Amino acid sequence: MKRAFPILAVITAVLLAYALYQALVVAPTDAQQGDVYRIIYYHVPSAWTAFLLFFINFIASVQYLADSKPTTKQAAKWIAVAVGVVGAVAAFVIPLPAGIRPSAIATTVLAIPVFYFLLGKYFPGEKLDVLAVTTAEVGVVFCTIVLVTGPIWARPVWGIWWAPGDIRLTSTLVLWLIYVSYLILRRFSDSAQTQKLAAALAVFGALDVPLVYFSIWFFRTQHPQPVIGGGGSMDPKMLDVLMISWTAFLFFAFLVCWSRYRLEILRREVEQAHAMQSLSGADSRVAVSSPDVSSRGSQ
Amino acid sequence: MNAIKFLYAAYIVTWLIHALYIGSLVRRYKSLRQQLKELNKGK
Repeated sequence: MKRAFPILAVITAVLLAYALYQALVVAPTDAQQGDVYRIIYYHVPSAWTAFLLFFINFIASVQYLADSKPTTKQAAKWIAVAVGVVGAVAAFVIPLPAGIRPSAIATTVLAIPVFYFLLGKYFPGEKLDVLAVTTAEVGVVFCTIVLVTGPIWARPVWGIWWAPGDIRLTSTLVLWLIYVSYLILRRFSDSAQTQKLAAALAVFGALDVPLVYFSIWFFRTQHPQPVIGGGGSMDPKMLDVLMISWTAFLFFAFLVCWSRYRLEILRREVEQAHAMQSLSGADSRVAVSSPDVSSRGSQ
Repeated sequence: MNAIKFLYAAYIVTWLIHALYIGSLVRRYKSLRQQLKELNKGK
C-alpha cells in the first residue's frame, strides 16, 4: 500500500495539470460571462467533492452509531436497504419538480445501501470513526473553497460578492458551519462520548446537503441551476472539461483523505501510548507505596 | 470588464487553501512522529 501512494500522487498531479490545461485553454469561452466563467471548473468540482465526502461521513457516522448496539446494528442494515429500494422506486413514482431527473435521485438514494455495506466491510469498528473525521475535515476544506470561489465569481458576474438571504449561499454557509462545529467538538471535547456525539451531529449536518442541492428548485435564488441532475444546460465541450476537472479533484481528495486517515491512526497510536505510559507510571507508584502501607499496618 | 483577475484569484486561492491544509497535515504528522519517538525512548 505504501508503494501505491507515490504512484497515485504522480497520477493525480498529471491529472490536475491536464484538468488545468483543459479548463484554461481547451474549454470554449462563455458567450455571456467571458473567461471568468472558467471558475466553474474549480467551484463546481469542489462542491461535488465536498458533498460526496459529507455523504461518506454521514454513512460512516450512522454505521458507527448503529454498530454500538447489536440490536441496532442488524436493524440499520435492513433500514439502509429499505431506504435505497423505496427511495429509488419513489423517485420514479412521485412527481418531482420540473428539472429534477428521477434517475439522479434514484442513483443517489441507491448509493446509501451500497456505501453502507462497503464501509461496513472495509472500515470495521473504530475505523468507521477514523473515516468519519477524515471525510469531515477534508470535506470542510473543499467546502471552504466553494465558499471562497463563489463570491470571487459572483463579483464580476452579479456585481456583488454575496447575495444576503439567498438560500443556496446561506445553506452552504450553514453546512460549512455545522461541519466546522463537528471538528471543534472533536478537537476540544475530552468526554468518552465525544465520538458518538460527533456522529449524531454529523447525521443532522448531512441533512443540510440535500437542502443545499435542491434549494434551487424550491426557493428563488440567484444561483444558476445545477448542470447535473437537471435544470441547467451546458455546452457538451464545457461539460467534458467539467468532468475531467472533477475526476482530477476526486483523485486529489482521495489522496488527501488517505494522508489524513493515516494521520488519525497515528494520532490514536500516540494517544494510546501516552495512556499506557501514564498507566504504567501509576502502577509503579502503587507498587512503591504498597510496602509503606503494609509496614504501617504492621506497626 | 477586467474579469480575468477574478479567474486567476479563484484558482490561486483554491491552491493556497489546499497548500495550507497539506502543510498543516505535514506539520501534525511530524509532531506526532516526534512524540511517538520520545514515548518509545522513555520505555
